[in-house]
Amino acid sequence: MASRESRSPRSWHGHFEPKRVPVGVWMQCEGCRATLFRKQVEENLSVCPECNHHFSLGALDRIAQLLDADTFEEWHADLQAKDPLGFQDRLPYPERVRQEQDRTGLAEAAVVGQGYIKGIRMVLGVTDSNFIMGSMGSVVGEKLTRAIERATEEKLPLVIVSGSGGGARMHEGIFSLMQMAKVSTALGRFHAAGGLYLSVLTHPTMGGVAASFASLGDFIIAEPRALIGFAGPRVIEQTVRVQLPSGFQTSEFLLEHGFIDRIVHRRDLRSTIAQLIDYTTG
Amino acid sequence: MPPASEYRLPFEAPIYEMEARLAEMETQYAKNRAGGDPTRLAEQIRHLRRELAALKREVFSQLDPWQIVQVSRHQNRPQTRDYLPLLFDEFIELHGDRALGDDKAIVSGLARLDDLKVMFIGHQKGKNLAERTACNFGSAHPEGYRKALVKMRLAAKFGLPIITFIDTPGAYPGVTAEERGQAAIIAENLMEMSQIRTPIVCVVIGEGGSGGALGIGIGDRLAMLEFTYYSVISPEGCASILWKGSEHAPKAAAALRMTSRDLLAFGIIDDVITEPLGGAHKDHRASAQGLRSYLIQAIRQLKTATLDELMNLRYAKYRKIGVFLEENPVSANGRP
Ligand SMILES: [Zn+2]
Repeated sequence: MASRESRSPRSWHGHFEPKRVPVGVWMQCEGCRATLFRKQVEENLSVCPECNHHFSLGALDRIAQLLDADTFEEWHADLQAKDPLGFQDRLPYPERVRQEQDRTGLAEAAVVGQGYIKGIRMVLGVTDSNFIMGSMGSVVGEKLTRAIERATEEKLPLVIVSGSGGGARMHEGIFSLMQMAKVSTALGRFHAAGGLYLSVLTHPTMGGVAASFASLGDFIIAEPRALIGFAGPRVIEQTVRVQLPSGFQTSEFLLEHGFIDRIVHRRDLRSTIAQLIDYTTG
Repeated sequence: MPPASEYRLPFEAPIYEMEARLAEMETQYAKNRAGGDPTRLAEQIRHLRRELAALKREVFSQLDPWQIVQVSRHQNRPQTRDYLPLLFDEFIELHGDRALGDDKAIVSGLARLDDLKVMFIGHQKGKNLAERTACNFGSAHPEGYRKALVKMRLAAKFGLPIITFIDTPGAYPGVTAEERGQAAIIAENLMEMSQIRTPIVCVVIGEGGSGGALGIGIGDRLAMLEFTYYSVISPEGCASILWKGSEHAPKAAAALRMTSRDLLAFGIIDDVITEPLGGAHKDHRASAQGLRSYLIQAIRQLKTATLDELMNLRYAKYRKIGVFLEENPVSANGRP
């Protein structure tokens, strides 16, 4: 899973430099099971050249793909999780956070800042589903809220790329739940001030993330075949004891039921975002 | 004495046992009053009553988090529909979400509370199997959350304060709920409730189950009845994910710090409303009385602020929630 060399979060300041250490020359596609040349997949924006399966992208790769080269300025990179509950499962929570930092090279599950897409300046937030499932702890909520407030203040377009396996950071208990409220409250002000928010849903966008900022965009677009929903498929199966329909909770399912505007291939994300912003600004 | 079918929690056993003894003595006292001298018995009854109160106080002051969860789910615990006649001088129910249906898991309507006219919204779990099934055990569908939103907009339009009662194990996890956009409607409720220009008071009266609780839970005052919980995930859910088995729920309940006392200490809620001795299920009327005075006082106080002040305070209330480290704290305007 970790295709990046581990870095101390201490060195994580200011701008980012994507670094990668290949895990192997070959890889198998999760979509079509084809054996693929890793370099070829990476050059194809981490999309399978055979079946168009969109592989999970880390926050740094996402930013590098989305923004004009070298235009990202990261904000609030020094925010770090605390342990308000004194939570311990098999590991004390602070220890778990440290392990995730080492494993992913990220300080937390969200990266926010500003950058340009085709010359358009915007505020960008990305949540990374690799870091404790992309769950929303206080740091994620605070970073996104500050980014939203800055976008409100400077009247900048806001783009948030969501990826989260469940939304809830159990280790932070009620503080995690209340981040949904905090971020949504900030978005309420942003929208009231006439701001443009473009929400991009990627695999997976579930639970509290789906039930807050991910669903509150003026535009909501999704990558193909991403898992998107409120309750996890396993929870639903256990509750209602039925076989779930095929394609349940995919991007295509949400499009069919009217909850997203468009499904956009990764190679078209930059141009689609630029186009949509163009329609809403003068 | 409660009916034999009455649901009891294991730690309530000594209380029920003492209550049975007391009832027996009272019956005997009534019988004897016709004949000889009942003063000795009367003295014993008075003594036992004091002992019973002390026992209830002792048992309920020492409940662990998992026991509190059990009290919050107690089958005899008063639910939204039990409180309505005890709490309000009038209640005019308003149904439907004007789109898809009328979710029985959400009750809404106009209510009169002393001299106040309010909009009321609350989860309903159901008291018997038929009602529980109709209410999905208090787990609302998207149409329930939309019903709440439609009524809240109505309230704001006509300047009615809003009261919400939270009592849900969580929003409904099912195929139809997903098809109708459970995530999208909860998100919309969070955002709209943060902007609705009328006072909102939210009270957890039983279970505060994650997003389904929050979906009607954004307000200017947030309170919890004493023996309730409010959590990001159910203790069973947390236990099965982190400890690989729902039998570890008691451990998860403690680790999640989800009782009213915890949330008050964290500054997440504003108040804890005391329950009658032995829990709300022992005296619905007394529990309603506590709620009623809390609600009247909270709404009267909120009405003294202008709407602009109210909105700024509500923003600040949620803005400040979060615990994190920051090496280089930013200036007040949030700039890096
Ligand atoms: Zn493939």
